[in-house]
Amino acid sequence: MIALDNIEKRFGDNLVLKGVSVEVTEAQVTALIGASGSGKSTLLRCVNLLELPQAGRVRIDDTEIRFVPGGKVDRTTMLALRRKTGMVFQNFQLFPHRTVVENVMEALVTVLKWPRDRARARAMELLDKVGMTFKAEAWPSSLSGGQQQRVAIARALAPAPLVLLCDEPTSALDPQLAIEVVEVLAQLAREGTTMLIATHDLRLAARIASNVVYLDGGKVVEAGLSQQVFGAPLDDRTRQFVSTLTGGGVAKDAG
Amino acid sequence: MPHWLNLMIESLPSLLWACLVFTVPLTLLSFVFGLSLGLVAAITRLFAPRPLGALVRFYVWIIRGTPLLVQLFLIFYGLPSVGIVIDAFPAALIGFTLNIGAYTSEIIRAVLLAVPKGQWEAAYSVGMTWPQAMRRTILPQAARIAVPPLSNTFISLVKDTSLAAAITVPELFRAGQRIVATSYEPLILYVEVALIYLVVSSVLSSLQGQVEKRLSRYGGSIEEAS
Repeated sequence: MIALDNIEKRFGDNLVLKGVSVEVTEAQVTALIGASGSGKSTLLRCVNLLELPQAGRVRIDDTEIRFVPGGKVDRTTMLALRRKTGMVFQNFQLFPHRTVVENVMEALVTVLKWPRDRARARAMELLDKVGMTFKAEAWPSSLSGGQQQRVAIARALAPAPLVLLCDEPTSALDPQLAIEVVEVLAQLAREGTTMLIATHDLRLAARIASNVVYLDGGKVVEAGLSQQVFGAPLDDRTRQFVSTLTGGGVAKDAG
Repeated sequence: MPHWLNLMIESLPSLLWACLVFTVPLTLLSFVFGLSLGLVAAITRLFAPRPLGALVRFYVWIIRGTPLLVQLFLIFYGLPSVGIVIDAFPAALIGFTLNIGAYTSEIIRAVLLAVPKGQWEAAYSVGMTWPQAMRRTILPQAARIAVPPLSNTFISLVKDTSLAAAITVPELFRAGQRIVATSYEPLILYVEVALIYLVVSSVLSSLQGQVEKRLSRYGGSIEEAS
């Protein structure tokens, strides 16, 4: 349903993605794992075009954009593609000037032009799903990090995107607060939400992802089913990276 | 009743009238127009193609680098030489608007840049277009940061409108001058004029506090909280 083909992205002279291809299966969770600087966040941001690749192809459902170096991108197609996605950021990025429920309503009211009461009803449903109805009228600044991230998940889901993109959703949270966010994501996974998650939190990946893509140096090193990549990795680099999960370096995956 | 008090009370109605009919409208109108101009200038400078941005920089450079009084004289006394005759009040309005536009464009540019980049991304990620993100997400947050510096500009403007006296606008200060011309009591009259300016700017300062409070009701920034 989502296909990234031969994506190339450079920042100045730095080639961050060197022809990456990834497929995301509908109703499944795909985790992009890799060390800092491996390009996993950049790749994720290429899906909803917060970063524009220099080359390659992004397709979601029946909407597709091809990138050629120096070429122009059609804004309407770009917007259409982006509106098939929802995104959760590492540092939440809730709208601080809107209450919790208004944050979730925002896309429905502003983008989809829903009447306010219908938007509010949908927002309350989603807040219920992430266990945040009790803070519906609060300002984001009064919430804990974990609560903010749960609201951010509800906000991203509001326009019913085809895929939920999560960029390091637990990395800014201490372990206790991360748990509540992982719980919410796991619940969504069970309900068949299509998700693409960039993370270096291997516990999160192992817990909810059915497919894993391991990136290193801007290239896909290994991709496959979660059990296989974590259980019997084929590549040495993958083996070394996932060893932090299976034994040895438990302390390392705290961040 | 002492002479000075008597004179103050006698002249108060005409001073207040001048304040109400000329000073206040001149201040409000030039601030509203100037702020709009400043917003357009700031957005042009930040987001429009280079040549337009350079044009804005040139405008800001000229206005900030020359005295307001000279600008007013150019518009009112200078332009008629090339066949452009503008009445005193509109001439003052144009002068103050251009002035406020230049100064506020710099303020607005700074506060727009002060909103974290992640807020643009969040707005885009829920499907907003550039104008939607600007109007719904960036401007409201920028407005909150802009209140103190914009209030400063506004209060300066109230007092600067006294310069319009020099191009014959019968505002508060000029009304004072007129009374001085017949009563020969400059000390008393100018103290009275100064007091009226003081009252007006004090009222505005307290309004600033209220606006700030209203815009800050959502508490600290997200970063502080987490």
